[in-house]
Amino acid sequence: MNQRFSIVPVFYLAFLLIPLYWLLTMSFKPMKEIAGQLTLYPKSPTLNHYQVIFSDSSWYLGYLNATIYVLMNVAICLAAAIPAAYAFSRYHFFGSRSLFFSLLAFRMMSPAILLIPIVQIFSDLNLIDTYIAVALAHCFFNLPIAIWILEGFISSVPAELDELARIDGYNLATYFRKILLPEIAPGIAVAAFFCFLFSWTEVILSNALTTIDVKPIGAIMSRVSSVFTANVPILSAAGVLTLIPGILIVILVRRHLTRGFSMGRVD
Amino acid sequence: MASTAQHRLAYGLLSPTLVLMILSGVIPFALVVYFSLHDTFAGEHYIWVGTTWYEQVLGSTEFHAALLRSLGFSILALAIQLPLGIYIALKLPVQGLLSKLYIIIFAIPLLMPVIVVGYIWKFLVLPKIGLLSEFVALLGWNYDLNDPVVVWITLILMNTWHWTSLVVLLCFAGLRTIPDAYYQAAAIDGAGRWAIFRHIQLPKLRLVLLIAGLLRFMDSFIIYTEAYVLARGGPGVSTNFLSLELIQTATIQFDLGEGGAMAVIYATIVVVVAWLFFSRIIPSQSMKSQEDT
Repeated sequence: MNQRFSIVPVFYLAFLLIPLYWLLTMSFKPMKEIAGQLTLYPKSPTLNHYQVIFSDSSWYLGYLNATIYVLMNVAICLAAAIPAAYAFSRYHFFGSRSLFFSLLAFRMMSPAILLIPIVQIFSDLNLIDTYIAVALAHCFFNLPIAIWILEGFISSVPAELDELARIDGYNLATYFRKILLPEIAPGIAVAAFFCFLFSWTEVILSNALTTIDVKPIGAIMSRVSSVFTANVPILSAAGVLTLIPGILIVILVRRHLTRGFSMGRVD
Repeated sequence: MASTAQHRLAYGLLSPTLVLMILSGVIPFALVVYFSLHDTFAGEHYIWVGTTWYEQVLGSTEFHAALLRSLGFSILALAIQLPLGIYIALKLPVQGLLSKLYIIIFAIPLLMPVIVVGYIWKFLVLPKIGLLSEFVALLGWNYDLNDPVVVWITLILMNTWHWTSLVVLLCFAGLRTIPDAYYQAAAIDGAGRWAIFRHIQLPKLRLVLLIAGLLRFMDSFIIYTEAYVLARGGPGVSTNFLSLELIQTATIQFDLGEGGAMAVIYATIVVVVAWLFFSRIIPSQSMKSQEDT
């Protein structure tokens, strides 16, 4: 369709960018300037707040901790989701549709609903304040997403390919490794991206499951915020830094992003 | 119908998923149900109390109010974000550098930790030194965070800022699937812009809008962190949504029975709504071919 230049997306862009700009300016303003009066840009910009974060291990370890359990979660989810998505895509087995929906229903549950028992279970397993506890707990909402996305991608690979591979003497494992996985590589990237995203942004469970060693950045931020106004600039700097991984990954998977958001079902 | 061997293979492929979901989802939810049917003192002994907690929660005016607030918030969010998202998607350039740039920047709010979203908006409305509150003051209004209406507007603005891009990206992708021939045919028929939207674009967007509606409903209905950072349920109880009420009951008062009953009711609403959307999304799609075979 022919299209003229429209101003509408520009307005929306401004609406999105102004709050981000505000966070960025706050992170470069000295405390005195913030408390004094409203300034539209940092009059005397400083890197102090970033320095504090990078020199204090109770801050910068927060990023490392979150990154570690998020990557563990992504690995676990993909390893379990790829065969499951294949099963949903290729076999019509007893209960497949209701099972598929049950998985989705868990994705829709708020961490608030399952918070108490999850903390109890992981404390009974002696896993409180470990990376694996958070990585496993985040499975209940990430695994269904990964399966749903991958099922869409696998379904777009013709089933005849499975047949041909079998005739060529491939068993299921070789077929996965040699044919299916390269075919659905974009789908795997997108599923990994969404698992990363939801695990990285979640704070209720990751805060409750960690105490000292494994505290993620979100939980550290919420603890600092109790003495609020004094910490506006440092919270801003910490917030700016949390944006970096997301932006990097979105640039990498940009072409497949929309398909992932629609769980592989655009048309 | 699939053979027994295929069944066995399918369940084999599913077994890691089932184990993980049982550990992280099914057992925790079963425990919530168990709590909701028992009374306990400090989690030591459990005494069966039947539906007492459910009666208490369902009869409580605070619960009704929190439920209404959450539903109201979700409906407002959908009513604003779906039309706005469709409109922006229609106006986006189809290709070129600008199109790519828009998509990357539009995605940024979706990737932010919810707690950071809360702080950004908190900083925007700080009295005297917030950009938004001072801008509003410049126009001669008072940005009064003790006014429930102002706090609600801020929360809706924040949620719209955070999530409208999801609708935009989905609709943008949906619109790309419409063949050019449709538009050419419409041009020959002399169809106006509205007729094109109503009869060509909107029907094609049905599926992505269902997905967008489902995701937007769920995520606005379970809103917690951002709302807590920004307003802590206040002023008064005016933004005390269901999830805030639930976490308050379950973790701060440590009232497992009442919190459990609340969680089960909450989950039931979520699942029913999810089912309504799901049953319209999936039959039209890939699973249909399996149901047929």
